[in-house]
Amino acid sequence: MGLPPYATLGQRIWYYSFRVICGLIFFFLVAPIVVVMPLSFNAQDFFTFTPEMLRLDPAGYSLKHYEDFFTNPQWQLALKNSLIIAPIATVISVSLGTLAAIGLSQSHVPFKGTIMAILISPMIVPLIISATGMFFFYSSLGNWMESVLGLNKGFVGYVKVILAHAVLGIPFVIITVTATLVGFDRSLTRAAANMGAGPVTTFFRIQMPLILPGVISGGLFAFITSFDEVVVVLFVGSASQKTLPWQMFIGLREQISPTILAVATILVVISIALLTTVELLRRRSERLRGMSPG
Amino acid sequence: MAETMLAADGTPLKRSLARALRRQKLRALMLIAPLLIFVLITFIVPIASMLFRSIENEIVQNTLPYTVQELASWDAATGEVPDEPVFEAMYFDMFIAAEAKRHTRLGTRLNYEQTGLSSLFRQSGRKLDDLGKDIQKPLEKLNGDWKDGETWYAIFNGTPADTALLATQRARVAALTDNPTEGDVNFAPRADIVQLLPKTARAYTAWAVFEATQKDRDPATRDPWEALPVALATDLQTADLSTYSGPGADLLRAAQSADLPTPDFTTAFVDMDEDWATIIPWQTIQTHSSTYTGGYFLNAVDAQKTPEGIAWQPDDKQILLKLFGRTIWMSLLITFSCIALGYPVAWLLANLPMRKANMLLILVLLPFWTSLLVRTSAWKVMLQQQGVINDVLVWIGLVDDANRLIMINNQFGTIVAMTHILLPFMILPMYSVMQTIQPSYLRAAKSLGATNWTAFWRVYFPQSVPGIGAGSILVFILAIGYYITPEIVGGTKGVFISNRIAYHISSSLNWGLAAALGSILLAAVLVLYWAYDKIVGIDNVKLG
Repeated sequence: MGLPPYATLGQRIWYYSFRVICGLIFFFLVAPIVVVMPLSFNAQDFFTFTPEMLRLDPAGYSLKHYEDFFTNPQWQLALKNSLIIAPIATVISVSLGTLAAIGLSQSHVPFKGTIMAILISPMIVPLIISATGMFFFYSSLGNWMESVLGLNKGFVGYVKVILAHAVLGIPFVIITVTATLVGFDRSLTRAAANMGAGPVTTFFRIQMPLILPGVISGGLFAFITSFDEVVVVLFVGSASQKTLPWQMFIGLREQISPTILAVATILVVISIALLTTVELLRRRSERLRGMSPG
Repeated sequence: MAETMLAADGTPLKRSLARALRRQKLRALMLIAPLLIFVLITFIVPIASMLFRSIENEIVQNTLPYTVQELASWDAATGEVPDEPVFEAMYFDMFIAAEAKRHTRLGTRLNYEQTGLSSLFRQSGRKLDDLGKDIQKPLEKLNGDWKDGETWYAIFNGTPADTALLATQRARVAALTDNPTEGDVNFAPRADIVQLLPKTARAYTAWAVFEATQKDRDPATRDPWEALPVALATDLQTADLSTYSGPGADLLRAAQSADLPTPDFTTAFVDMDEDWATIIPWQTIQTHSSTYTGGYFLNAVDAQKTPEGIAWQPDDKQILLKLFGRTIWMSLLITFSCIALGYPVAWLLANLPMRKANMLLILVLLPFWTSLLVRTSAWKVMLQQQGVINDVLVWIGLVDDANRLIMINNQFGTIVAMTHILLPFMILPMYSVMQTIQPSYLRAAKSLGATNWTAFWRVYFPQSVPGIGAGSILVFILAIGYYITPEIVGGTKGVFISNRIAYHISSSLNWGLAAALGSILLAAVLVLYWAYDKIVGIDNVKLG
């Protein structure tokens, strides 16, 4: 879409001003992220660029906010909780979600529309409503587990948050895995069965490797949903299940500390890594299924 | 007639096929079942029970069962305060409620409808014992045995038992305390004493069930509440003891012939608080005594159920309707900003060569993948008065250092931050639609003499409308349910209905109202979502 040599002056002006406008919108999109990263190295406890920083004076920069993150027990507890809750919730949503997606992609499924609507609903219902419903449900479930099953309070707290997060991650797994299964060539499973493979062997040796990219990217979505979730954990969890987003939320609402910016930077780096992984997986999946990478 | 086709094993082909199909269906359902059950139990049921809370109103019935019964025949329109039996029922209901510490909860509930009832219930609960002491003292003076829990137990316990009374009182205490009342209470009301002293037997049974199941104490040895002498004095006024010869017969006869003070429940309540002498508390209890209520939904739209019907709040108190209006208005503004900012970007992405477009797409996907909290905190940092944007503006000289712009804790902050957060949800559907528009159409239009603008407006734009529609519904749905971002950058003026729901859940504890607000929000989202499904199709939802 280059500019043709015969373009008039007006067209030229429009062409370049349009590019500038788009550039500004792209800047708007990435500005917050770009601003946060350098600010997290601020040697002061301010949320703005100090004169030293603008002069690129090394004295204006420091790693003290990162140090605080890695030494402050509050942040460490939050990090630990996030790293416990998100992976377990992901495993639950991925294993149940993949099975169900395979079931849903069969040719004759009764009530398919209704089932699909129910499974996707955690993504549609506004989080505050899910959180409210879960708040009542999980507090009685927690009481029951503590009094009837006699489980430890802290353990029950984790179970509640993990179950809640697992549900929230399920729609993402369903959507990505069913999308992968759409392009799945059914004759491959028939061929495997023809050669004497049982359903389990067929699943693990034929189907699984082919849909694996979809499963992994669904899992990444589920992971990021849990890792980034704050509304439900605020309502369902208690202070000992405080996750990273929760700690950030409290920090933003009450005493805002520059450590938040250091955490934010770390999270941005993680999301860049995840984004790259998903993109690579998508290309691999399309190559495996014989579609042109797009 | 044609011969039936047979499968390899000899069964008719039709049946064999039907069986195979059935097996296939079953297998599919077996694969789906674990997840479906999981989602139903941990998600659908909690949401449904939350929605149920918006109409559930058992608390009045559960806390004041006999008062509600007595009040049913009272007509508030007469303007007269209810008769003595209502006050009497109220006294006994309140007494057990106060012992279970449930009267304040009812007061809080009724206070949503009528200001002042919360403190009325709380104070009355405290003064309830006064009446009991006025009668308990003379009774115990008459015979010291009345002080003893065992005396009472001997009078009321025994066989043949009135199991119906025991069962109703178990159910009543269970409803009042929200705790199970099964298990042994070591007490059964004797049928003849129930006949003779009905009110006392009822109060004693309720007390025994409460002591045994809630406090884990043996009613046989515990001293009963002050309400029991009151009940006894009431019963003894009419009871015919002449043929009674059971346990404690002499004690009871002596008490009846002695000149015990007659309990005057109306006066007792008016002494506790003058408000009981007005019809207001009674009217409120009567109006809101039904088990299900539309009251919370009325409250959610700034109306109220009054004895005269539905009444609207005065204009200056209509906060929730305003909040709904603001939520919709701001969500629309956010949607339009997203269209305005997203359209050029999507157009550029769709018209650049693949390689360049993919590079630029990363700039769209990066914020999409970045933690919501990170983006919100970034906006908080940038929009503050001492923040980056103000610094830059001051440095350029556009803004005086003394009056820096206030861009946070107001609607502006919410709109900017949420536009940024939701923009990728607009760009991605637009981009995928625009990719399918053939550039040759534009060229054809131009070669037929259209100006650039006409070609765009008459040829390109109509084809991109589905993308705008899909993106707009998606952004709007996400925007009206947002909680975190408005909470952090919205201050008081820039918050949404979600923030109000959260406030009622965690601070004001008006869960019924929170549920009603949530139901309205959910209904709105589901309608929009249905529209989205019709226009775009849920199967076309793409991630990343």
